[in-house]
Amino acid sequence: MAAVILQAKGLAKAYGGLKAVDGVDFALNAGEIHALIGPNGAGKTTFVSLLSGRIAPDAGQITLAGQDVTALPAHLRVRKGIAYTFQITSIYPRLSVFDNVALAAQSQGARDLAGAVGVALGRVGMQGLAGQEAGTLSYGHQRLLELAMGLALKPKVLILDEPTQGLAAGEIDDFGALVRSLVPHTTVLMIEHNMEVVMDLAHRITVLNFGRVLAQGTPAEIRANPAVQAAYLGTDDAAA
Amino acid sequence: MKGWLFHLAVLGVLAVLAVILPAYHANNLARVLVLAVFATGYNLAFGYTGMLSLGHALFFGAGMFGAALPVTLWGWGGLPVLGTGMLAGGVVAAAVGVLALRTKGVSFMIVTLMFAQAGYLTLIYCNAVTGGDQGLVLPGAARQVLGLDLTQDGSRLWLALGIYAAALAGALGLVGSRFGRVMLAMRENEERSRMLGYDPYTVKLKVLVISGLYAGLAGAAYGVFFGYAGAGFATVQYSILPMLYSLLGGAGTALGPLIGAAVMFWLIDFASGLTNAYLMLVGVVLIVVVLFAPRGILGYVRERWLPWLP
Amino acid sequence: MSFGPFLLLALMEGLVSAAVLALMASGLSLVFGVMRVVNVAHGAFFMTGAVLAWFVAGHVPGPPVVGWLVALIIVPPLVGLLAAAVDVLVLKRLEYEPEAVIVATIGLLYILEQVALLSFGPDARPVAAPFSLRLQLPWFGYSGYKLFVVAAAGAVLLAVWLVMTRTRFGLVMRATQVDRVTARAFGINVDRVYAGTFGLGAALAAVAAVLVVPTTQVHYLMGGDPLLLSFITVIIGGLGSLRGTLVAALIIGLSDGVISMFWAPTLSKIIATLLVALVLVFRPQGLFGAKA
Repeated sequence: MAAVILQAKGLAKAYGGLKAVDGVDFALNAGEIHALIGPNGAGKTTFVSLLSGRIAPDAGQITLAGQDVTALPAHLRVRKGIAYTFQITSIYPRLSVFDNVALAAQSQGARDLAGAVGVALGRVGMQGLAGQEAGTLSYGHQRLLELAMGLALKPKVLILDEPTQGLAAGEIDDFGALVRSLVPHTTVLMIEHNMEVVMDLAHRITVLNFGRVLAQGTPAEIRANPAVQAAYLGTDDAAA
Repeated sequence: MKGWLFHLAVLGVLAVLAVILPAYHANNLARVLVLAVFATGYNLAFGYTGMLSLGHALFFGAGMFGAALPVTLWGWGGLPVLGTGMLAGGVVAAAVGVLALRTKGVSFMIVTLMFAQAGYLTLIYCNAVTGGDQGLVLPGAARQVLGLDLTQDGSRLWLALGIYAAALAGALGLVGSRFGRVMLAMRENEERSRMLGYDPYTVKLKVLVISGLYAGLAGAAYGVFFGYAGAGFATVQYSILPMLYSLLGGAGTALGPLIGAAVMFWLIDFASGLTNAYLMLVGVVLIVVVLFAPRGILGYVRERWLPWLP
Repeated sequence: MSFGPFLLLALMEGLVSAAVLALMASGLSLVFGVMRVVNVAHGAFFMTGAVLAWFVAGHVPGPPVVGWLVALIIVPPLVGLLAAAVDVLVLKRLEYEPEAVIVATIGLLYILEQVALLSFGPDARPVAAPFSLRLQLPWFGYSGYKLFVVAAAGAVLLAVWLVMTRTRFGLVMRATQVDRVTARAFGINVDRVYAGTFGLGAALAAVAAVLVVPTTQVHYLMGGDPLLLSFITVIIGGLGSLRGTLVAALIIGLSDGVISMFWAPTLSKIIATLLVALVLVFRPQGLFGAKA
């Protein structure tokens, strides 16, 4: 049994009457690639926002490597090693690619900034583009830049929110290889809609539905789970 | 490197001007340089970090009275009161920032405006100490700094140039540093910056305090140089002027505030010879810049010709 | 005079300021509510209305009441048209970006004031009251015109309320306020609604000006204090909430009248501005507004 790096207990968040996340228990094992799936509106983005501290939970507890981080604001959780990459590409379009990545690297306290930026850009294959203004990059490169910023933070846990959205097939393959190369040094938690990517990459999968954990297990277990099939097919069993 | 040489050259040109300008314009240049120090500090908050404040008049006024009051109350000398004025600007900026930075955008503008207005009214209300509408005249004895007699045009200009050079160097050093990169990040996207581990509130508060120190030093220098401190310098007009200088010269450029201050000062100087409605220029330039030239003079130059300008 | 009548006088003066303030502030609130922009030139429109009223009243022959009535009829639409033109020529091009609009309306404020300085001059000038009825109370006499101002302001505000709730234009405005994009999709000419709203807001300031000039004097810098008080009113009342604005105008007008009669007006202004800053920081929905 691998050590748990990030754990949530009884995590809950409601918007008005809607329980977006409703008492979720969750454990992320160190060094794994863990996929978070579920139908639209299942509470996936809310859940990772709670983990990263972008929003505060109504109830529950979050621990990072055994330390309670529930009360820590988002920027301090980032410093402690929880990195979050945005679903909608969120780079600094008017700054250079170098500055974008440097902001991540210097936040982590890098001594040799140029070196750290070079390494992060190298991992996503963008070494030659450091001087370019980020807003002028192609969409695929902007997604990769977002990822490079996440890597430059040298996180313990890297949370990716729909990282392959809008990427071409070839780009998705490269992305998969890259994510695989991150573990076990880094732990990856990704929200992903593309089931091929999920089944191919993930060691374990958690399925959310109506703000609750519907199922958890290896890709093979999830594929065989009748409740998951029902939820995705939208039959009446899903609500039960 | 290219940037530092360029700015050294600009300071060199200013020094030559200081030697050759006739007295009337030398005196005006001293005013422009002090206002440029004020605007350079404003620009750190506005142009580089994205905080549009309408409260800087209060920091300028705090610096002016932070320098004038020790003179009139305790008979302090010129050099120490430049320090107390600068400090007063920073302290007041910190006090305003702690509260105002809980808001952003339009609310931030109005909150800073209201604090500044309350500060201005307080200066009027405490007229027994501050002189109220009349203000305070500083005696010549208090206007000596480092052996320079600031009642003389020439020495005034040299000290103004020295202070501006220090202010410019400070600004260049700051925006070229790692922290300067974080300032830009706040301007561009606060939420993204939070998720890179930076607390927008503390970053912006630090910048606002630095900006307040600039405003305080400028206010103190203005008082000591020209021998007068008045509540009129804490009215909203003195929040609008540095914003105008920054916008016109180029928000987020190091030399923009100096260029904006110089252009506006001589435009108004020229217009005031023709009409008493010379402040119309302030309104016209504000609207023209915001409509047609949001990047300002130097912003345009940087975009077209000199992309390396800080 | 003993304390009771003194307080009564203070309250009556306060009621007059509250009525004028309610008109001014509802214009500012309307513009913010529908367009989500802050019009810093609102006080300058007030001043422009006063200067125009002085000009019209001086050029219409006959007794003062005729000139004043003509001013009341033509000045607000004129100021409204001017504001609508500014909306089309400046604000629309800025795409109503809130911070840019503040900068631009600061510029507009300078231009309007300086145009008034050029044309009207630096002196303060009076406008004759349309009638000089005096209401004799047991303790003091009071201007009948001032009471008329209160009634007239109430009538105008009622008319605005009817326009907002009962007419098609009001409906269209409220629809635009809720959701600009959807309103456009339903065929509402949003550009025209914005120009109309900005014009109406400025026209309300001009109405307030025409009503108030016979009790005060016209001066090219007279817009500053009303602007500040309107800001205070709109913020305390809750940005964009017309009902909150009216309640706040009543409270601020009355307390301003009472406080400045018994204490230094500067001190009450200091307290009011600080209060506003703190309200924006800690309770941005206003003291009387519902949570957004």
